[in-house]
Amino acid sequence: MTISVEILQRLGDFQLDAKFVSTGRLTALFGPSGSGKSSVINFMAGLIKASEGKVSVDGRVLFDSDKRIIVPRHKRRIGFVFQEARLFPHMSVRQNLAYGRWFAPAEDRTPDSKGVIDLLGLGQILDRMPNLLSGGEKQRVAIGRALLSSPQLLLMDEPLASLDQARKSEIMPYIERLRDETKVPIIYVSHSVAEVARLATDIVVMSNGMVIASGSTEEILQRSDLMPVEEQGEAGSVLEMAVVSFDEKFGITLLRSVVGEIRIPGRFAFPGKTIRLRVRARDVMIANQRLEGLSALNQLEGKISGINRQGPIADVKIDCAGTSIMSRITHQSSQSLKLAVGMPIFAIVKTASIDAGSNTRT
Amino acid sequence: MTWLELSAEEWNAVYLSLKVAFWAMLVSLPLGILVALILARGRFWGKSILNGIVHLPLVMPPVVTGYLLLLTFGRRAPLGAFLADFGIVFSFRWTGAALACGIMGFPLMVRAIRLSIEAVDRKLEAAAGTLGANPAWVLLTITLPLTLPGIVAGMILSFAKAMGEFGATITFVSNIPGQTQTLPSLIYTFTQVPGGDWGAMRLTLISIAVSMIALVASEILARRVGRRMDLE
Repeated sequence: MTISVEILQRLGDFQLDAKFVSTGRLTALFGPSGSGKSSVINFMAGLIKASEGKVSVDGRVLFDSDKRIIVPRHKRRIGFVFQEARLFPHMSVRQNLAYGRWFAPAEDRTPDSKGVIDLLGLGQILDRMPNLLSGGEKQRVAIGRALLSSPQLLLMDEPLASLDQARKSEIMPYIERLRDETKVPIIYVSHSVAEVARLATDIVVMSNGMVIASGSTEEILQRSDLMPVEEQGEAGSVLEMAVVSFDEKFGITLLRSVVGEIRIPGRFAFPGKTIRLRVRARDVMIANQRLEGLSALNQLEGKISGINRQGPIADVKIDCAGTSIMSRITHQSSQSLKLAVGMPIFAIVKTASIDAGSNTRT
Repeated sequence: MTWLELSAEEWNAVYLSLKVAFWAMLVSLPLGILVALILARGRFWGKSILNGIVHLPLVMPPVVTGYLLLLTFGRRAPLGAFLADFGIVFSFRWTGAALACGIMGFPLMVRAIRLSIEAVDRKLEAAAGTLGANPAWVLLTITLPLTLPGIVAGMILSFAKAMGEFGATITFVSNIPGQTQTLPSLIYTFTQVPGGDWGAMRLTLISIAVSMIALVASEILARRVGRRMDLE
């Protein structure tokens, strides 16, 4: 499904001039706050107006300033999950969930509302009123409510931003399941590298009201120049790897892909499932030979495919059987190891530093 | 305790007052909600004029309101004569008392409802829109239910005002026993005749009781509605 957006609008002193096309299952609109990402999805949903622009979802035109097409928001079939949940306070969870479903055209109505309730784990709280829910529960209900209105597209506006870390970790798996198990494409606004790396299949990077880059998550996250200054060390690589086995004794999961083998702490999915890993560039070391007597468990064989020096720092791109892994080291180490493009080396990843999320698609 | 027993005339006045107040409240409710919506949400030229007109009965002497009603709806007045052709007569009827009471209570009702509408979080309405509800459904399923405490308060205020209305009523429909003699009118009559003190006292007690019941009822209702949707 193709989603295409063009918007040109002055908002006070701020000029929004953004354009992107995405076919991803979960496209992250990524950028610092104030970069205009929320305005873009509000515009897509018909919640704010724009002087010029176009929006189409799967060929259906929702807005076109040239042809004077403005589909009203209630006919756009775009689900919206707001940062603050916005549950209707006078309705129970069950009524909130049923609200959008009732307005959906009969032929498109999700036949399986129980499936959605199970997917989001809402079975226990159906009869509660919104004021008795925790922040995480509210957000799950809001997601379910949007999903049950049978949208063609789901927009999420920093749905985790108002939650603490524990609540964030509670909701992330649900969003992963949404991405992998439903057919509705998602556009997800976020300024957090960690969220985007774990959830997104595609990323559109925004800055000052403009789209400055877009592409697959793997591509974008390797470009430390696109990361916010305070999070430049967060840039890195995203790897999809299959679960091979779980070591009961040490609690370590063994993963394998063409890149090689990686061990991560904790139990993730069952053998045969694919999971997604984020390896931060600053957590990857480089050695010119296989090392013995080292606490880091993961050593991946590869070749240097690029070195990008920024002052005292060097970002090294390593090609491991076709997949890129980024390493951020000092320029000094780069010199003393005599690193050069084409040189075979080992990328060493510390097991405890890896961020993993599930990917139940395959 | 025989002094507490009401005469037929007094029962009539109590019954008439309740009837007048009930209908004044009920008929002005839809219009009150509409005007409150227009004042809370509308943006148009002349909004402050409309606001002024709605508030006039609150600031004008009640006698003036009654006299204006007489000039407009009296049998010889153009509008009154026109309506009389359709069998709708207000002057010197209980319906006229209800009209006068409804108009006197209207500003109070509109104010309560308007404040409540202005307190509704418009973000919730936007959320309902993205879920497929058109503006009319948003109004019916989100805005009005969330305004319910204000609507209840407005109804009680209108009812209480109607129970006590005197000046406009007596000017417009006079003080005819069994026809237009409401509780306040009868109390007034008692105070004008020698030996009427006990009658006036009995009706005063009833008046206080009715007001208290209305007040308590509104508290209970408002609390029940408020508890159901303790805002986030």
